[in-house]
Amino acid sequence: MFRVELLKAARRWRTWLLAAAIGGIPIVIVFAIRVSPPQPAAAEDAPPFLFQIATNGLYAALTGLAVVQPFFLPLAAGLFAGDAIAGEAQGGTLRYLLLRPVGRTRLVLSKYASAITLLGVLVAATIASGLAAGAVVFGLGPMPTLSGTSLSVGEGLLRIVGSGAYMVLALSGLASVGLLISTRTDSGPGAAVATIVIAIASQILGQIPSLDVIHPYLPTYGWLGFTGLFRFPVDWDQMQGGLLVSAVYTVVCLGLALWGFRRRDVTA
Amino acid sequence: MTPAFVTRGLTKRYGDLAAVDTLDLTVERGELFGFLGPNGAGKTTTIRMALGLVFPTGGEVDLLGEPVVRDRAPLARVGALVEEPAFWMYLSGRRNLEYVARAGRDRTEVRRRLALVDETLEVVGLAAAADKRVKAYSQGMRQRLGLAQALVGTPDLLVLDEPTNGLDPTGMREMRLLLRRLADEGTTIFVSSHLLSEVEAMCDRVGVMASGRLVAEGTPGSLRGGTDRVRVQVDDVARARAAALGLAGVTVDGDAVAGGPGSLTITLHGVEPADLNAALVGAGVRVGALAPHRDTLEEVFLHLVEGADVPR
Repeated sequence: MFRVELLKAARRWRTWLLAAAIGGIPIVIVFAIRVSPPQPAAAEDAPPFLFQIATNGLYAALTGLAVVQPFFLPLAAGLFAGDAIAGEAQGGTLRYLLLRPVGRTRLVLSKYASAITLLGVLVAATIASGLAAGAVVFGLGPMPTLSGTSLSVGEGLLRIVGSGAYMVLALSGLASVGLLISTRTDSGPGAAVATIVIAIASQILGQIPSLDVIHPYLPTYGWLGFTGLFRFPVDWDQMQGGLLVSAVYTVVCLGLALWGFRRRDVTA
Repeated sequence: MTPAFVTRGLTKRYGDLAAVDTLDLTVERGELFGFLGPNGAGKTTTIRMALGLVFPTGGEVDLLGEPVVRDRAPLARVGALVEEPAFWMYLSGRRNLEYVARAGRDRTEVRRRLALVDETLEVVGLAAAADKRVKAYSQGMRQRLGLAQALVGTPDLLVLDEPTNGLDPTGMREMRLLLRRLADEGTTIFVSSHLLSEVEAMCDRVGVMASGRLVAEGTPGSLRGGTDRVRVQVDDVARARAAALGLAGVTVDGDAVAGGPGSLTITLHGVEPADLNAALVGAGVRVGALAPHRDTLEEVFLHLVEGADVPR
């Protein structure tokens, strides 16, 4: 089933459009900076790392990741996980899948695994295009860390890949929320939009200091924790929190999704 | 051999409403069974329960001798079309069929199904259009592709919900012939329909459902009743009516009408048609024709469905 899901996604235009849009972002950034380098004064509300790109191509990949994370990756999570079951229900193919028979548990788990895999592919595409564009335009060199030390090209690359992996893991919690919604409705776009809205609302709440009591419970908690990889010594605190929150969301939401979906009448 | 399709006391309640009410139904292997009923009679709910999509409030279903528990077990040998067919519109007909064939755990079974894809496309007459996107298919082509999805594993039991929906008369006829052929080759077919003529033309046995209950079951011929009824064509219906009613036991359909040429439907209740003819001629009625009259299945059906006026 997992393979069938990936094959289906690969034959779908929207998968490629999304990959092109997300993978294209680092190229746009590199190009924009080449044409008009940012002034340090303007860098305050720019994405992290944005203004170091002009010095080093490695940063292009990292900036790409930082730019796609708050909106584009949740969008992809909505399309891949939110639409997963509800989209099949809406099209009527859900009943034909179950009739083959594909077990309900297996269907949900395959959908989840393929959603996470596709998110991983998008993140990898972002890193790859950022590296390529950055290397061509600015060249690669040792990376200064946020703490003032420096990382070799190889070490920097490793940490960028680590950031991407962390983002995918941190997204898996949100994806499981999307999948849970997906098993409870027969509207694919509805479930996708709900997932995206939750991600955005959660990030906004996460930025309101007076709500810091609830911050550790938000599905997007610790999303920016990957920046800890570029400190010396590496700051793991936020990442540990983010992974824990994501793991708890995954267990709870997948559990609820399976529990409900195995008992539910499929009338779509 | 165990029957192909059995329900015992199958019930689905939605609050106070019983969509399906203690349904007992048995379809033997190799039968082409027609499942009739008006819209809303509970046919689709029955089919969904039989296939493990909807969970019954009570009762059991066995398919091919195995109980259906959730969506498992015997379904691998069942092909189904439930309400309208559904596809991944962004894929071609062939790819749709391939993905359906792939959706299963058993590797050898998947390989066997994949090897049957081309043949199945041929059977339903879609070989030429196989590589077009389903988006571009006509309604009739979609219906046939839906049947192909049900057929792709050469199932032992086919459960088809209104398979001729959206087909033109030629398509309907082709579908009927195909189903008849499959049944003759040994596939058990359970086909629901609200079109009586269709069921009458192809099914071995028919069950009629109304308001969640099975109200009749039998061969199409047995449902239509015997040949105890005749239709006569006469020059004076009023006089013919009086003469016929003069025979003991005979009843005449409809109310008394004014004289003049016309026809009457008469139930003989054991009286010989020849005696009726003699009585009519004896009363000075000129008989133009006297022929056995059988109710159409449609008349039987409407009668049954009205009779089952269960409060909802």
